[in-house]
Amino acid sequence: MDKKTPQTVPRQSWTFSNEANSEIRRAAATGIYDIRGGGAKRKVPHFDDLLFLGASMSRYPLEGYREKCSTEVVLGTRFAKKPIRLKIPVTIAGMSFGALSANAKEALGRGATAMGTSTTTGDGGMTNEERNHSETLVYQYLPSRYGMNPDDLRRADAIEIVVGQGAKPGGGGMLLGQKITERVAGMRNLPVGIDQRSACRHPDWTGPDDLEIKILEIREITGWEKPIYVKIGGARPYYDTALAVKAGADVVVLDGMQGGTAATQDVFIENVGQPTLACIRPAVRALQDLGMHRQVQLIVSGGIRTGADVAKALALGADAVAIGTAALVALGDNDPHLEEEYQKLGTTAGAYDDWHEGRDPAGITTQDPELMARLDPEEAGRRLRNYLAVLTLECQTIARACGKSHVHNLEPEDLCALTIEAAAMAGVPLAGTDWIPGKSGL
Amino acid sequence: MQTIDLATTPLRDMNAMLQSQAAQTNQTAWNIVNPKGAHAIAVGLDAPIEVTVSGSTGYYCGGMNKQASIHIAGSAGPGVAENMMSGTVVIEGDASQYAGATGQGGLLVIKGNASSRCGISMKGIDIVVHGNIGHMSAFMAQSGNLVVLGDAGDALGDSLYEARLFVRGNVKSLGADCIEKEMRPEHLEILRDLLDRAGADAKPEEFRRYGSARTLYHFHVDNASAY
Repeated sequence: MDKKTPQTVPRQSWTFSNEANSEIRRAAATGIYDIRGGGAKRKVPHFDDLLFLGASMSRYPLEGYREKCSTEVVLGTRFAKKPIRLKIPVTIAGMSFGALSANAKEALGRGATAMGTSTTTGDGGMTNEERNHSETLVYQYLPSRYGMNPDDLRRADAIEIVVGQGAKPGGGGMLLGQKITERVAGMRNLPVGIDQRSACRHPDWTGPDDLEIKILEIREITGWEKPIYVKIGGARPYYDTALAVKAGADVVVLDGMQGGTAATQDVFIENVGQPTLACIRPAVRALQDLGMHRQVQLIVSGGIRTGADVAKALALGADAVAIGTAALVALGDNDPHLEEEYQKLGTTAGAYDDWHEGRDPAGITTQDPELMARLDPEEAGRRLRNYLAVLTLECQTIARACGKSHVHNLEPEDLCALTIEAAAMAGVPLAGTDWIPGKSGL
Repeated sequence: MQTIDLATTPLRDMNAMLQSQAAQTNQTAWNIVNPKGAHAIAVGLDAPIEVTVSGSTGYYCGGMNKQASIHIAGSAGPGVAENMMSGTVVIEGDASQYAGATGQGGLLVIKGNASSRCGISMKGIDIVVHGNIGHMSAFMAQSGNLVVLGDAGDALGDSLYEARLFVRGNVKSLGADCIEKEMRPEHLEILRDLLDRAGADAKPEEFRRYGSARTLYHFHVDNASAY
């Protein structure tokens, strides 16, 4: 061909992108799906696509540094004799000892307690460290029932029955053998070093009618003192929330697809479940239709990063939010100062998600004693405390600008959306219009 | 003996009364009458007391029991003795699904038959069934002993870990990774003790032992068809 003939610039396929092709090659080489930690990485409509309107002629703002904007949350007011009182509307989501190191669990407890909020156990039972370092501890009741016992149920401050999680609604779990140390195995009653499977369904109940009886049993065992949460993944939020209420939940925890997991198949994380933004309004509508909004509290998780995200979730009707991935980042996960070590693992800071392999250079998602020792629980706890404080201050800043004396007074009318998709999902008008797709006009 | 009539006493009061018994209580014998299939009877007990339930129960009777001896003079609904820690639960009649689910200790005796998923995810409990058990029993069973004097249904011991299964009758099919294993003297000894404590009229030598082949302990793509 004549060198002077113009050439078309080599064109990469949008469909068969480098990323897609690399996964095809990986699958062809190994014959097994990719397992990783974290939540959905694909771009989905999110809180970034919403804006607050702020006060104006028709709204009266509160003075930023003088007028009170309360942040307290009471959870479990429906049936529990001892509801939980939190000072801020941000809680720490369930993460297991096993998936996380003991130091990381301690740091979560320290940071959360300093800010007057709760932490949550995970699949694998309750450790003394997390109980002792968490003033308010929520005890997860999971299908595996690893380490489940009535004494821990009674020393918990609330109980969270896990039906699903946003990263994998309908999926169980697997903790690979590298992380099943003697202590982890002992708590789970399993041989050391095996790949531990967690069931996707509870072993002794099926469906909401059974769940109602299961909740009755747990209340009878704990003297009707503890708030009982039901955690659902973002699958069918309207019906799942309604059925959780019907089954007797005090609190519904709703986790969208950006919510993290310790480990599951990438194809599951990226393709099953709905974005957090799409889940909140249907869940709130279910509560409102039942006359239970604010009677049964709603905690939303999955992709909360900033105080603005917190404020937006509350404005859409949540009572509180939960953070998992962001809390780990605050502790030191995926920090650029560890770039050299991430490179050795074939990844880069910000993208490291092989949490299940137990080689976390930050010492958080590991059971390796040498790596674990890198995380100072007091220092990491301080970082989490600072981060929670910032989330709260940011949320208050926005609430005051909207004229609210309590963050719970934020409302959908304070919001507009930047995209048609976000407007439809959040049920708020597209910016500059009165149009709520699916509700008004076309 | 203390008698609690569930026809006139709320469930909450009954459980609170039993749960409040201390280890040194002198009120060691309790009779619960008119259970009429109520759920969550005698759950979360933690004292060496003897509780007789005079009739059949609903879901989760004896759930999370510690220390207590519970005797059900009837049949039991789903999840009887679920997550039991210690003590004894004896059922004169049949038991519904998930009997002894996730149990961590103690002894569950079912003198009739048990339905599906008996001993699911068991974690140390001993279960003796005088009759037959249904399908998917001992699914993902982690440890403890399941003894069946009659027959076992489909997929016994599917995805089993370290629990021991002893069956005298026929096994319709074994689940993934569950195989028949050699009955060694130590197993006969375990079996003899359990049969004796369960009041079962059977000889250890009449049983076969099943356990995990341990091929699924490490996830490998070549095993994908087993799941």
